[in-house]
Amino acid sequence: MKSTTPAISLTPDAETLERMLYYLKLTREAESRIEHVLYRQGKIVGGVYIGRGQEAIGVGSALQLIEGDVVLPSHRDFSSFLIRGFSLADIFANWMARADTPTRGRDNTLHIGDMKRGVIPIISPLGGTCPVACGVGMVLKRRGNGNVALVHLGEGTTSVGQVHEAMNMAGVMKLPVVFICNNNGYAFSTPVEKQFAIRNLSVRGPAYGMPGKTLDGNDVLVVYRVVGEAVSRARQGKGPSFLECKTFRMTGHSAHDAAEYVPAGLLQQWAKKDPILRLEKYLLSRRIMTRQRIDDLDRRIQKEIDAAIADAEARPLPMGETALEGVYCGPDCWWKKDRGQKQEARSKNTTPIV
Amino acid sequence: MPVLTYLEAIRQGIWEEMERDPSVFLLGEDIGVYGGAFKVTAGMLEKFGAERVIDTPISESAIVGAAIGAALMGMRPVAEMQFMDFIACGFDQIVNMAAKLHYRWGPAVPIVIRGPSGAGVHGGPYHSQSNEMWFVHTPGLKVVIPATAYDAKGMIKAAIRDDNPVIFYEHKFLYRRIKEEVPEEDYIVPLGKAAVRREGNDLAVITYGAMVWTALEAARELEKDGISLEVVDLRSLLPYDEEAVLASVRKCNKVILLHEDTRTGGMAGELAALIAEKAFDDLDGPIVRLTAPDTPVPFSPPLEDYFLPNAEKVVEAARKLAKY
Repeated sequence: MKSTTPAISLTPDAETLERMLYYLKLTREAESRIEHVLYRQGKIVGGVYIGRGQEAIGVGSALQLIEGDVVLPSHRDFSSFLIRGFSLADIFANWMARADTPTRGRDNTLHIGDMKRGVIPIISPLGGTCPVACGVGMVLKRRGNGNVALVHLGEGTTSVGQVHEAMNMAGVMKLPVVFICNNNGYAFSTPVEKQFAIRNLSVRGPAYGMPGKTLDGNDVLVVYRVVGEAVSRARQGKGPSFLECKTFRMTGHSAHDAAEYVPAGLLQQWAKKDPILRLEKYLLSRRIMTRQRIDDLDRRIQKEIDAAIADAEARPLPMGETALEGVYCGPDCWWKKDRGQKQEARSKNTTPIV
Repeated sequence: MPVLTYLEAIRQGIWEEMERDPSVFLLGEDIGVYGGAFKVTAGMLEKFGAERVIDTPISESAIVGAAIGAALMGMRPVAEMQFMDFIACGFDQIVNMAAKLHYRWGPAVPIVIRGPSGAGVHGGPYHSQSNEMWFVHTPGLKVVIPATAYDAKGMIKAAIRDDNPVIFYEHKFLYRRIKEEVPEEDYIVPLGKAAVRREGNDLAVITYGAMVWTALEAARELEKDGISLEVVDLRSLLPYDEEAVLASVRKCNKVILLHEDTRTGGMAGELAALIAEKAFDDLDGPIVRLTAPDTPVPFSPPLEDYFLPNAEKVVEAARKLAKY
């Protein structure tokens, strides 16, 4: 283990605070376009899963990542992909099944990944990324650079067997893995009361030999700090942590789901704790940003989204026969061919506006 | 040249790859301190250290998933399933994560999942299965099973060097029962290629694993009757050597498809369809399948004996087909 571990920031400076607001809003608006506009227009086919109301978890955690870290986001962590450098255009293009995307049309939603950016996507049988995070952690531990793996999962996913295998393995092997659980109250139509017998999932941490914390998942500053603490532990070789971020799923499980099973009033209650409103209020009250600056940001975000969608829509769909390519990896690997490299170069143009 | 058992050949192959490539490491239950349930990895912990020979908890999903994660980070893990029967506990990681990952977003997943499979040792239903077809039916994987000590070493080395997830079936019946001269130097046996174990003209038996030896025993018996049996060892089931299969059928015009795996959904069905599609005009008799019946592997010796194909059953089937 090297003597210098990377510095940890627990309280964000003004620049980071603005970035937080930018990513929260960009995520909210981009996902809104996906579910409310593109999907309704038939420009996105298949399942649509967004993370409305839960944006603080992806933003607060991903901003603690440094070079060499690896994140394994969930389908509700759109912002993690942005923070790690995927372009908005590439993400929209993937939603719209284009050929020139990180998956080349092979997979949808946020099943996109890139080892150069340190992002490993989910598979639909959720929970699968938890053991994968352990493998990443094993290698990071061995390399001794203080890097960590952050793996995201929902509260419903914590009922899956292999999640327990992964937590147990991370605990007994003292791996630099932080498990970030998004408890948004519902797993599809299943409320937490039917999912587990306990109230706070954080109690499971010590059961596997790691600290467990329950925190306000709608406060991006709290998420940033608590994730920062857990990441710091891991960087110093002190092992894994389990963090339960309480939030609420402000939309259906998917675009198809009207979520009529959610009791009336619950959504209204949680709307008052909206993560974006709370950060805005904080920034305004402390004069870190003015109302004017925030309004300008809102306008710029809409333009950015417009441009990204136009870029994505202009890309062609894949040719049918390309479905046969890239089953196996080898020296003349289809993925490494020119097209892939060109696509890489495009995606590098990802500097955020703020 | 030293004579090695099938098991020793696998051990030597893994050992050489561990020496040659520092990104190769091992993980699995009881593989370190104990040296593996069958002692395949004996001596490796002492030689390579605890960071490269990892004793894991009993968690096949975590073992496979961790192997995948490590592979994405540039390592070449070799994960052991203590018995291939337990591979089912890691099924989701294999078929949904490992098999599809490269296709979906591009990186290589150079993992090997290896372990003992097969019956004939009174292991009962959970220590005797031939479950290879679960994975032959999963695009993105490679599935191989050596039948000789020479191949066992060459193929484990090839599997470790392969950039794809390889399911490496070792036949436990063969572990200590077969041995031959195995070169001490580095060599590989390419995956995806079959081998003709015995040249023949009258009938072809296409098979793999321990049944290769059963077929060879039958061939020696049939020679006395003047029936010349060709024995083809598939070695790889996914991808498999279509050309070798068709070449034998074109040569012998009659074929028996033999495996220890159960009948329905077994490799013989796949090969029968291939032969009917591409070598129909070369057939002088019906395609014959000789397999275990559609039951779990039973324990009691008379039950297991009834269940398994053997040389006698091959001889009987061959005599009947020869007369057609």
